[in-house]
Amino acid sequence: MRTQEQVRARRRRELLRGRPYEVLRSLRSALYELWGDKVGLFGLLVVLGLVFVAIFAPLLAPHDPAVGRLQDRLTPPFWSAEGSTRFLLGTDEQGRDILSRIIFGTRVTILVGGSVVLLAGTFGTLMGLIAGYKGGRWDSIIMRVVDTQVAFPGLLLALVILAVIQPSVTSVIVVLAINGWMVYARMTRGVVLSVKETPYVDAAEIVGCRPRRVILRHILPNLASPLLTLAVLEFARIILAEAALSFLGLGIQPPQASWGLMVSQGKNYLFNAWWLVTFPGLAIALTVLGVNLLASWLRVAADPQEREKRFAAATSQRATQGAV
Amino acid sequence: MGRFAVRRIAQGLIVIFGVTVVVFVVTRLVGDPVDVLLPLEATEQQRREFEHRLGFDRPIPVQFVDYVEDLTRFDFGESFWQHRPVMEIVLEHLPRTFTLVIPAMLLMVVLAVPLGVLAALRPGGLLDRVTVVLSLIGLSIPQFWLALLFILVLAVELRILPPLGGGSAAHMVMPVLSLALPAVGRLAMIVRSSMIDELNQQYVKMALAKGMPYARVVGVHALRNASIPALTLSGWEFIRALAGYSVIVEYVFQWPGVGFLAMQSIERQDLFLLQGIVFVVAVMVVIVNIIVDILYKAVDPRVKLA
Repeated sequence: MRTQEQVRARRRRELLRGRPYEVLRSLRSALYELWGDKVGLFGLLVVLGLVFVAIFAPLLAPHDPAVGRLQDRLTPPFWSAEGSTRFLLGTDEQGRDILSRIIFGTRVTILVGGSVVLLAGTFGTLMGLIAGYKGGRWDSIIMRVVDTQVAFPGLLLALVILAVIQPSVTSVIVVLAINGWMVYARMTRGVVLSVKETPYVDAAEIVGCRPRRVILRHILPNLASPLLTLAVLEFARIILAEAALSFLGLGIQPPQASWGLMVSQGKNYLFNAWWLVTFPGLAIALTVLGVNLLASWLRVAADPQEREKRFAAATSQRATQGAV
Repeated sequence: MGRFAVRRIAQGLIVIFGVTVVVFVVTRLVGDPVDVLLPLEATEQQRREFEHRLGFDRPIPVQFVDYVEDLTRFDFGESFWQHRPVMEIVLEHLPRTFTLVIPAMLLMVVLAVPLGVLAALRPGGLLDRVTVVLSLIGLSIPQFWLALLFILVLAVELRILPPLGGGSAAHMVMPVLSLALPAVGRLAMIVRSSMIDELNQQYVKMALAKGMPYARVVGVHALRNASIPALTLSGWEFIRALAGYSVIVEYVFQWPGVGFLAMQSIERQDLFLLQGIVFVVAVMVVIVNIIVDILYKAVDPRVKLA
């Protein structure tokens, strides 16, 4: 039996029908669902951990990432015989602490990944919206550019560009963004084309909404969940691309610490110091794995159709179990 | 078919032209080729002479027309580093890249298709979960790191394979594996998900209901339909292996193919050689794309080549 007090509290809650309540509730239910999907939760924790480490890098790192003493050079990790607990994951050829360099490397990873996703995502979505909504000549020009660029893998062109201009964090971001906007444009255009014919968009147009309002208020919300999933997936891809460019010596330049660059510098000592290559590579792999897991959870969780499928599967399963 | 061929070749030419323009713009407008080619201590006099000799002092449009004209004759000039025609060097290295890429792609198909199909037979089963986890790991491991781990384990610790260089079949093992394994993960995921979709179709139930053997339904009916997305991805993997991943893998193993050549030409600032490499790779990419389109038709008669 409900007490009078509970009923009143419930009514009070229902009065709060505004947006903040909805946002809070959907956030809470999302977290609740994540708790049920441990793999997705792991992904989210990895990403949050990465952001945390990047922000508090100077507090977390036990040593200066850029300075090392030569007498400490090539110290193995602490669990091996010659290792020391001062350098948990060992030191590199200049005596710099590997752990501290990995911790500071998160900053480059997040900076490059985030900026590229933001730049390429904004530009690509805009192009996709224009192509899908305007159609006609705009559509064919934009999609022709997309098709041409998609047909040729970006890595080789990125290498040529970076070989001519000076490689730096900025140029890596720009080059990767130029290489990555097409996926967003393609996906946005596809969604726009399918949404454009719906009655509510027609209605908005008949009522006299301007194109901008129709695009931003009526079409764009449909893109929220696929765009979010795509952006997270792209983030994983960009981390790998940045690492590969830095590994080839055409990305982040020393003295900055980047995971790909660390592997590249460590490969010269492959035969006598395995830890130089192993730990930064492990950091990349774990990060990308976490982001990929988050993306695969998001794909299912943020897509209404997928949710419906899952809901139907769960109810039918419950029904059959009940019958038995 | 004739119209299709003309259209695909035209599209391919656009891609090649686009790549050419980008390379031209980057090397001539964004950077100064003379800066790249001459040592820092070159005098102004030397720079002028050099500019004049290579024609970099002419107006940009004239240079561009000239450049495109040279390309149509497959003339990329002479390499600064090896003092030989660029085309000769690139064509010498190209077969070596193919001896890595083709076995790697065959290995990818041989491993990924059975894995994906078997996983799809029982979604959520043990094999399925193992496949998904392995694929995710494959997706997340950086290729260069995988290659270095191979060297670390197989060459440094176990000493069963030579670490670097090219030539013998033993040298090929690690590069081929490094190219193939990440691709196996991606392809197995696609085969798995499209097989799951196909196995839920009505025609599968129909075939089973009328008494057709399960193996035939899965292996012939469903697999053929599921192979269309798999074919798309395989083509794309081939292209990326050829024009991207081979650079990384060849660089790690110092395998003397086009990818390693590209890295060497970047190190030695050999712009003409780099241009030649990009052009030849672009042509290869276009050819592979056209072959994949023709294969579509062979697999799926519903596809109209138009």
